[in-house]
Amino acid sequence: MSLRGTTSQTIGPYLRIGLEWMVIEDLAPQGVAGERVRIEGRVLDGDGKPVNDAAVEIWQANSRGKYASPEDAQSKPLEQSFRGYGRALTDDAGAFRFRTIKPGRVPGPAGKLQAPHITVTIFMRGLLKQLQTRIYFPDDPANADDPVLNLIPAERRDTLIAKRRADSEFEWDVVLQGNNETVFFDF
Amino acid sequence: MTDPAPYRRPYRDTQPPYLFPPYASTVKRAPTQPLVALSHTLSELTAPIFGYGDIKPADNDLTQQHKGEPLGERIVVSGRVLDENSRPLPGILIEIWQANAAGRYNHRVDQHDAPLDPNFTGAGRVLTDTEGRYRFLTIRPGEYPWRNHYNAWRPAHIHFSLFGPAIVQRLITQMYFPGDPLLEYDPMFTCVPDQKARSRLISTFDWETTQPEFALGYRFDIVLRGREATPMENRR
Repeated sequence: MSLRGTTSQTIGPYLRIGLEWMVIEDLAPQGVAGERVRIEGRVLDGDGKPVNDAAVEIWQANSRGKYASPEDAQSKPLEQSFRGYGRALTDDAGAFRFRTIKPGRVPGPAGKLQAPHITVTIFMRGLLKQLQTRIYFPDDPANADDPVLNLIPAERRDTLIAKRRADSEFEWDVVLQGNNETVFFDF
Repeated sequence: MTDPAPYRRPYRDTQPPYLFPPYASTVKRAPTQPLVALSHTLSELTAPIFGYGDIKPADNDLTQQHKGEPLGERIVVSGRVLDENSRPLPGILIEIWQANAAGRYNHRVDQHDAPLDPNFTGAGRVLTDTEGRYRFLTIRPGEYPWRNHYNAWRPAHIHFSLFGPAIVQRLITQMYFPGDPLLEYDPMFTCVPDQKARSRLISTFDWETTQPEFALGYRFDIVLRGREATPMENRR
């Protein structure tokens, strides 16, 4: 028997009540392998105003390219202390921040490796269902052949590539509308 | 190499659009550029796992989080989490939040002139059992006004957030109550084109979980996306 998926509804303005208990901005405690990175950004609406009531959730593989999920059957090592999930609630400036490690490469269509990336799910008042997008890292040679980046019109591809601010510090904004509107996926 | 089976696309009109002007906040927040169709890769087919280390056993009882009992009508909200293939989903983290009995949220931006209840925070969580079942004890939330349009009132509802085994199953929704006269005037409810899909957001009164001389029972089953039956060709 086949059922129909439950309809999505907005997270509304009071998300903090239900979701704050599991804010995880630091994904990789000491001892987790990989290149440490800090990613900061802002969520901006169609008027360029900060969105102060968004939940930004990230999901990523470890530095070897393995997801801490039973659905990942690759024979790569897992790390006990790395779940790969982060959740931030934006502040009054619309800002969010994560400390994590740069993920390794995971397989994509036809087993071809994808460039390192982080999956991002975004909820907010005024969104009736979540937005899904990805963060890629600048100057990574694998970006050029990434099967997902290559689906995106060249002029919009940069919206998924974080900007380097310092050695291990990156900036990646979510622009909901207008010039430089972030690419979101139909997933 | 065969690609792993993707999750089904939503049935037509069973999910809301991003832009729905009667809900005013969508106008400046809905994307305006076309979405880019994404085949499901390992990144979309996996999701974080939560366990009993993440929550406490009493987290599903919203009436016992403070010294006294919250005001309002106690209710039991329970149901099952399944996927579209009717498979029960065990170990699913459900997070809920809601207004108190007077229709006021314990949140700084809620300025509605209704009393806060020092004995009610309005947040709970639970993991589904091996049959995909969950249960919360809470109080019935009140309706409340909002400023979307003149004389706008939200029907009574409880917010639900769920994680499935794949990140593309992530769902945030709202559960409503049967017979609520405000539903037909609520743009968050009417944003869903398919009437049957809408009505599945309304819980049903349930004698079986109603506890004599204690609490009424409401049942709310939740269906997350299901996988295609067989691996498909890469659809790109």
